[in-house]
Amino acid sequence: MTRWLVALLLVAGCGGLGPSVADQPNTLTTMGFGLPDEHATARVKVFRDRRPEVDLRVNEGALDEQQFLSAVAADDPPDLVYADRRKLGGYAARGAVQDLGPCLRRHQVDLKVFREAAVRQVTYAGTVYGVPDFFSVRVLILNNPVLREAGVDPATLSTTDWQRLAETTAKLARTEDGRLRRIGFDPRVPEFVALWAKANGADLIGDEPHLDDPRVVEAVRYTTGLVRAQGGWAAFKAFRDTFDSFGANNEFVTGQVAAMAMDSWYVNTIAANSPDADVTVAPFTDRQGNPLTEAGGQAWAIPQGARHPELACEFIATMTAADTWVTAAKARRDALAEKGKPYSGTFTGNRAADEKIFSEVYDPRGIRVLEQGVRVLQSVQDKAFALPPNPAASDLVRSWESAVTRVLLGQQSPEESMAQARREADRAITRVGGR
Amino acid sequence: MASAREARAGWLFVLPWVAGFLLLTAGPMLYSLFLSFTHYDLLKPARFAGMSNYREMLQDERAAKALWNTVFFTLLHVPLQIVLALGLASLLRRAGRSAGFFRTVLFLPTMTPPVALAALFLLLLNGQNGAINAMLGWFGFTGPQWTTDPAWIKPGLVLMSLWTAGSTAVLYLAALTRVPGERYEAARLDGASPWRQFWHVTLPGISGTVYFTLIVNTIASLQVFTEAYTMFFGARPSTPAEGDAALFYVIYLFQEAFGSLRMGYASALAWVLFLVIAAITALQVRLSRDYVHYEDRA
Repeated sequence: MTRWLVALLLVAGCGGLGPSVADQPNTLTTMGFGLPDEHATARVKVFRDRRPEVDLRVNEGALDEQQFLSAVAADDPPDLVYADRRKLGGYAARGAVQDLGPCLRRHQVDLKVFREAAVRQVTYAGTVYGVPDFFSVRVLILNNPVLREAGVDPATLSTTDWQRLAETTAKLARTEDGRLRRIGFDPRVPEFVALWAKANGADLIGDEPHLDDPRVVEAVRYTTGLVRAQGGWAAFKAFRDTFDSFGANNEFVTGQVAAMAMDSWYVNTIAANSPDADVTVAPFTDRQGNPLTEAGGQAWAIPQGARHPELACEFIATMTAADTWVTAAKARRDALAEKGKPYSGTFTGNRAADEKIFSEVYDPRGIRVLEQGVRVLQSVQDKAFALPPNPAASDLVRSWESAVTRVLLGQQSPEESMAQARREADRAITRVGGR
Repeated sequence: MASAREARAGWLFVLPWVAGFLLLTAGPMLYSLFLSFTHYDLLKPARFAGMSNYREMLQDERAAKALWNTVFFTLLHVPLQIVLALGLASLLRRAGRSAGFFRTVLFLPTMTPPVALAALFLLLLNGQNGAINAMLGWFGFTGPQWTTDPAWIKPGLVLMSLWTAGSTAVLYLAALTRVPGERYEAARLDGASPWRQFWHVTLPGISGTVYFTLIVNTIASLQVFTEAYTMFFGARPSTPAEGDAALFYVIYLFQEAFGSLRMGYASALAWVLFLVIAAITALQVRLSRDYVHYEDRA
């Protein structure tokens, strides 16, 4: 009996030391990618139809950075990783992902058809480490009835004239019994501080951090001042936390927000949950009045040590090809149509795909927020900027967001806080050997 | 011979635990001690760094802030938890036949998953339309911004932490029922007031249990993580909107390890926390000799 037990324990124990799934031939494993809707399932089907012999294993869920890097360190990485493009530079600098140049040439993937800002995000030190997938931008969303009621023409609200925007914000914000009841304008800081700094003519980072640049400091002072003028950060944030942003009674329907800067995906959310909401989507503009936006989205990359890099490359080429995107867009449109819902289009990093999708598949079904909003979103796609990849990207974002938060909370002046952020950023870059 | 056989059998019985402890606890602990003297980012081999991680901690403002937040929380949470639990246990003791029902009711909150609890209290504590401020409003008080004002975030978390006082109360109830009734009778005959009965009979009678909960709650408070992380770091793991007001030590350790991938520095943080907990526990053990009374050692 004892011998059997020992033998069983040995067998069970050795189970963990055998070859992993990634070692099996004709197997592709992904990390950070899920199958939530037709954008994913239809594209995966295209690949599976082309390569039925491949056992594609999609590891659902958002990317767990530590899990991913541990897998690479343990020489047991997935074949593909799906990550936020802003983080890819850090992975590249650490040697966690592969140079995709040769692979893309073999599969004749032309990066010129991808949006410039997205390509910039996946290029580190002149080498391409990823292929852009979705593409998002940042715009203004205006609550027409609230603006009109306050005597503000939605067509005139913009981020060009900062003095005027501050005055309009004060006019639109509403406080009752000492409590904030309506946000006049939400600048979305600290998340959008890079966009505000760019609008003021400064990049937060270039070859080195510019966090203490006077133009950045001015942008921080201005945006935090907008919040302070609306009751201060504690009340402002607490009020924002009460919004039912993903429901039919979102902040635009209830009139809790007059205007705000926001990511483009929220236009879809409003259209899906409150199609009758009377809102205007407007471009964010710099201080000269030029449309300006910040790019975001994900990218596909192949981890260092992946067992099937050639197959992984073929998968990436397939998933990001214009025809595959169009197939997915049609599947998405049809699925939504069955539920009687509009299809708001899909914004991808592939410009050729977007052109086909919006000319052949897009189906707004007369919903005004989509018809008006999507035109604006399309018009700013190529106006997007992206911060350059940086090996200390996570630490840099933390340094400037913490700095803006300190100013919002009144703990430091903009000058002091951004100077501290600069010191922290310098230390982070030095630490990861980015200099 | 028999005793040697018994000893062997005993070792065999404890072998799985010993093996598990050595492989899964002691081994990783020693490895983290080694890592604390290195720079290690998971991908490149660890580089020996001497004492530099420990030296850096001395100048790290966020580490100091995180430590202060944690100590502040512990100093508020532990005494309040003990006092509240003791009060609840005293009430339960008088509940008579319905004690079982109330014991269950008090213990139920302990069963709530910490993440659900955090989500619930984000709503209850909201300064704009949360139920707690609404209740304060009935008495004419304007409640603070519990979840967004840095000055009120830690008190709000302490308030939330009292939600689980029921588990401690159940322990105290068990201890209270073991205090011999004749001691109270003797105290009453001597004319002791209820307060003096509590101070001189009840408290010494349950001091062992109070001491146990003091140590366990102190250690748990110094490692507070889940609820605060869910409430304030879930949406933006690196920079919550409330600044560093809810940055507890283990959260900072987690950020350094898995956000910045500074495994060496995070290991140093972990060892310092271990030493702080060990020192506080040692102090509590020392003080217990004078204040804790055990029946079987009387």
